[in-house]
Amino acid sequence: MSDLQARATEIRRIAVSLIHGAGSGHPGSCLSAADVIAALYFGELRPADKFVLSKGHACPALYAALHLRGLFDRAALGSFRRLGGLLQGSPTTTIPGVDATCGSLGQGFSIALGLALGLRQVSDTVAQEPHVFVMLGDGELQEGEVWEAAMAAGHYHLGNLCAIVDYNKMQSDDLNARIMGLEPLDAKWRAFNWNVQTIDGHDFGAIAAAFANARATAGRPTVIIANTIKGKGVSYMEGVPSWHGSVKLKPEEIRQALADLGVPAERQPEYAFHV
Amino acid sequence: MSDKTAFVPSLIGTSGETLREAFGKALTAAAADYPSLVVLDADVAGGTGTHHFRRAHPDRFIQLGIAEQNMIGVAAGLALAGRLPVATTFAVFALRTIEQVRQSIAYPKLNVKIAASHPGLDAGPDGASAQALEDIAAFRAIPGMTVVSPADAIEMTKAVPAILAHVGPLYLRTGRSPARRIFDDSYVFELGKGRIVRDGKDVTIVACGVEVARALDAADLLARDGIAARVVNMSTIKPIDEALLITCARETGAFVTAEDHNVVGGLGGAVAEALARTTPAPIEFIGVQDVFGESGEPEELADKYGLAGPSIAAAARRAIARKGKH
Repeated sequence: MSDLQARATEIRRIAVSLIHGAGSGHPGSCLSAADVIAALYFGELRPADKFVLSKGHACPALYAALHLRGLFDRAALGSFRRLGGLLQGSPTTTIPGVDATCGSLGQGFSIALGLALGLRQVSDTVAQEPHVFVMLGDGELQEGEVWEAAMAAGHYHLGNLCAIVDYNKMQSDDLNARIMGLEPLDAKWRAFNWNVQTIDGHDFGAIAAAFANARATAGRPTVIIANTIKGKGVSYMEGVPSWHGSVKLKPEEIRQALADLGVPAERQPEYAFHV
Repeated sequence: MSDKTAFVPSLIGTSGETLREAFGKALTAAAADYPSLVVLDADVAGGTGTHHFRRAHPDRFIQLGIAEQNMIGVAAGLALAGRLPVATTFAVFALRTIEQVRQSIAYPKLNVKIAASHPGLDAGPDGASAQALEDIAAFRAIPGMTVVSPADAIEMTKAVPAILAHVGPLYLRTGRSPARRIFDDSYVFELGKGRIVRDGKDVTIVACGVEVARALDAADLLARDGIAARVVNMSTIKPIDEALLITCARETGAFVTAEDHNVVGGLGGAVAEALARTTPAPIEFIGVQDVFGESGEPEELADKYGLAGPSIAAAARRAIARKGKH
């Protein structure tokens, strides 16, 4: 198992455990996004770069990555969704390492655009511009604000902005295609003057190559359409829309989830973060 | 004397500059003091006064097109990148961004200013669809949001530097029409402080924006009957100057609030909340009475919808008559 794969698996274990411990949360979205988040936090992000999780409901995966990067300790994980806790139900900038407050779909993308514009203003050269990465859900693309921001990013030739669409094809109630179809998705972004790459969002080589392509593309923002599987890594969740959330995991469900993620029964108590 | 007596507007207010022009010029003048200041526009720079800033500082003027919700999010991102953004639009379009303002700006306590022109019936002939009568109420309801509505061009000119110096989210209401002069150049603006612009002992008229001049008209009308009305310019609506309201309650015992806004949730609501908590007194509410407006010139609309001096004077008589009866 590669280091990134191991990190991603650990993110998945922590994320589902946080949701189980809190009694609510969005497991399917965390599991589809975990590989890209691992690739960002254990490879791609440079110190001045920013990451905005516009699909803020996947924050357990983000919190897991930030914890593994040492931004807060194990005890803090146990505060997820708890009264007075550090780790709120949606990401906020009061949490160490969280670059933008998100949770209302569409808005994080505009914030990322503003970050990219602002960081450009304070950079002397294009080469010095920090990059801003922003992850959107596929259902999120139904928000009109997303396309306002997409139009502006193309207009301003923001080469330091890279969006990732976690394209797991499912949203809260059902498949995207049944709620509000997104296709042709790559053509939409191209029409907004974006550099478009479509990849397997669970292939670390493809993810790294797409990020390299984004950094090498000047004068245009890049969108990485990451084809992913909702619930990836947990047998009974994969491809099942009802695991979008907000769900309560039963004891046998978290046992199975952790087992699927390679945690034997005797080690599963290590993932009981909420006390 | 009845309220039907021929009404002659006071001359305190020679017709002055518009608040939006004063805003645009003050913002431009402040640019040197605030190197991180950037101004955001949604295709209405000519209408909001920010064309002055665009001309002087094109590199610090960010055009977002007709996409106000994105503009607010961009302002949040710029603030996170260390810039000082002032996002500008018309008040009615600021209303459509209210969820972006609450989520992306106010919740993370970002230092973003939102400045909106064409508020209330002052938007005039464009009609009800352009007349924001709910913006003060909506912005005031957001935790941590400061809300400011200056009365004339001089107050606007003095308010802009104070607003930029204030750290935190703030909503500024400017104005479309030439505003009558209330203050002279010696005026000192203090965020969070109301100002007595005319003293009196019988009733206090608390007003903001264009209604301050009309409140002074009302005070003139009342004076003809020997009624001494105090007029307070309450340009900071949130946080409201509670200490001044308590003083006025004790010294005058009755209130009228006057705003170019719905009577629900705006200045009147803020004053009523503060007085109910501290020093209850009879209050009458001048503003648009929970209906939509229509096309017309601002002064015609003010007459029709009961925002002009005679209506304020009548409300003051009602408030005075209620003293001691609650």
